[in-house]
Amino acid sequence: MTTPKETNTPSGFTSKLHLDKHISRRFNEELEQVRNLVMNMGALVEQQVNDGLRAVLNADEKLAAKVIERDREVNTMELEIDEYCTQILARRQPAASDLRLIVSVIKSITDLERMGDEAVKFGKNAIKLAKGSFAEEEGARPLIELKHLGNHVSSTLNRALTAYAQMDVAEALEIIKDDSIIDEEFDNISRLLVTKMMENPREIKNALRVTWCARALERIGDHTTNLCEYIVYLVEGKDVRHSSIEQIKASISK
Amino acid sequence: MNAITSAKQEQVNVTTKASLSQIELTETVGNIYADDAKMSIRNANVYYGDKQAIDNISLDLAKNQVTALIGPSGCGKSTFLRCLNRMNDTIDICKITGQFTLDDEDIYAKSLDPVLLRARVGMVFQKPNPFPKSIYENVAYGARIHGLINNKAELDEIVETSLQKAGLFNEVKDRLNDPGTGLSGGQQQRLCIARTIAVSPEVILMDEPASALDPIATAIIEELIDELKEKYTIAIVTHSMQQAARVSQHTAYFHMGKLVEMGKTEDIFTRPSHKLTENYITGRFG
Repeated sequence: MTTPKETNTPSGFTSKLHLDKHISRRFNEELEQVRNLVMNMGALVEQQVNDGLRAVLNADEKLAAKVIERDREVNTMELEIDEYCTQILARRQPAASDLRLIVSVIKSITDLERMGDEAVKFGKNAIKLAKGSFAEEEGARPLIELKHLGNHVSSTLNRALTAYAQMDVAEALEIIKDDSIIDEEFDNISRLLVTKMMENPREIKNALRVTWCARALERIGDHTTNLCEYIVYLVEGKDVRHSSIEQIKASISK
Repeated sequence: MNAITSAKQEQVNVTTKASLSQIELTETVGNIYADDAKMSIRNANVYYGDKQAIDNISLDLAKNQVTALIGPSGCGKSTFLRCLNRMNDTIDICKITGQFTLDDEDIYAKSLDPVLLRARVGMVFQKPNPFPKSIYENVAYGARIHGLINNKAELDEIVETSLQKAGLFNEVKDRLNDPGTGLSGGQQQRLCIARTIAVSPEVILMDEPASALDPIATAIIEELIDELKEKYTIAIVTHSMQQAARVSQHTAYFHMGKLVEMGKTEDIFTRPSHKLTENYITGRFG
């Protein structure tokens, strides 16, 4: 598992948002705690995505079952963080950057939880693929393409979580920009699989399973983009959802 | 343990004025201008003897809107508010410079009678201060001394409509001759608002009008402020950030006699531009 290095150091996140500068020390601790919970959830989701992908690629039924089982932990974390944020809203009435932190956390964990759900889809498809023969098919090009897309999505997610930990807007913008590459790769793999299905109708079932996995990766990419948009909102106070990268850059430089 | 007691028991970090002043104050950030200004203040300076309480403040009060003045104790917000109806005139050592206009009219002009000005620019204070007279007399007094009425029927009407506008009439209509001081704190404050309204002001200044009231009485006053802005221009000084966020359309943040930032309330509380504003509204030190 690759966890962002900065998770447990006060640099980046804490210092940029001055989370340690409240008159109330308890409030400092609460915000620090929220931030730690989100980073832990991010690390878990990242592991789920990586394990799910590995289960598909290696037709590892055992690992797949583990991914499905561990989704409960992700869900529990979402509920826990939601409750924590609700408490802070009710008791602290945060404003300005503190408010933006809580709002962005509430939104981020929804995306993280959905990424977790996508990882479960890998798990389910991995079990079915393992029972079929597609994984062992000689020269399984779709799986090689899937691996390629998977590695890309996984590294993007890792970069996004690191950017989140460091409040790195420049990196967030780079990741938002890169999402179009993931979309392109998804299109390529879809085309390839359609060809495979036409060539060999008996493989349609398995080809569809790989398609669903690729689709799940593409969705994870979209959720990762959302995370990056929340970073921009948190740091800059600008809501950049549904904007092009040019519009985002223009609104930040204002 | 409830939230209030646990908050009280928290350790509080000590903050000093020195640490706050390390951030340099330059020009006011944000927007001090209103499209439709009822009052305009330009380059206001106020001195109490040698001490400067207000340092070159300029801002507009938008017509029929609520402007909240916030800032730490001693930042000059109340002093500034008191300049707007010349309440500081009574303080001998107080010296005021700058331009203060109400509908483009200089309120510090020699020809202008401050008593008449205070009828146009009314004020509500932190502690409810009804006269030791009946509820009726409290409201009728101003209208009578300003000669706004010709007969008892007109006075009755002014008293009733003022109490109605202040949201108090239904609670006191059967005991108008009881002493005003016998009302609850929240009712007394609404009585003071009725007294202010009775002389048909154009601007109402409120200096922490709800800080001595419980949450329900506060909510009633805030609801009232929201209704009053339809007819009057309102400036409110408050220590409650949530109150400023709830009732105002514009917020001005004062700090050590200067206006640090002014803007739409929706922006000030979600994305303030100045570090000092951010620190204040989020409860951070320097």
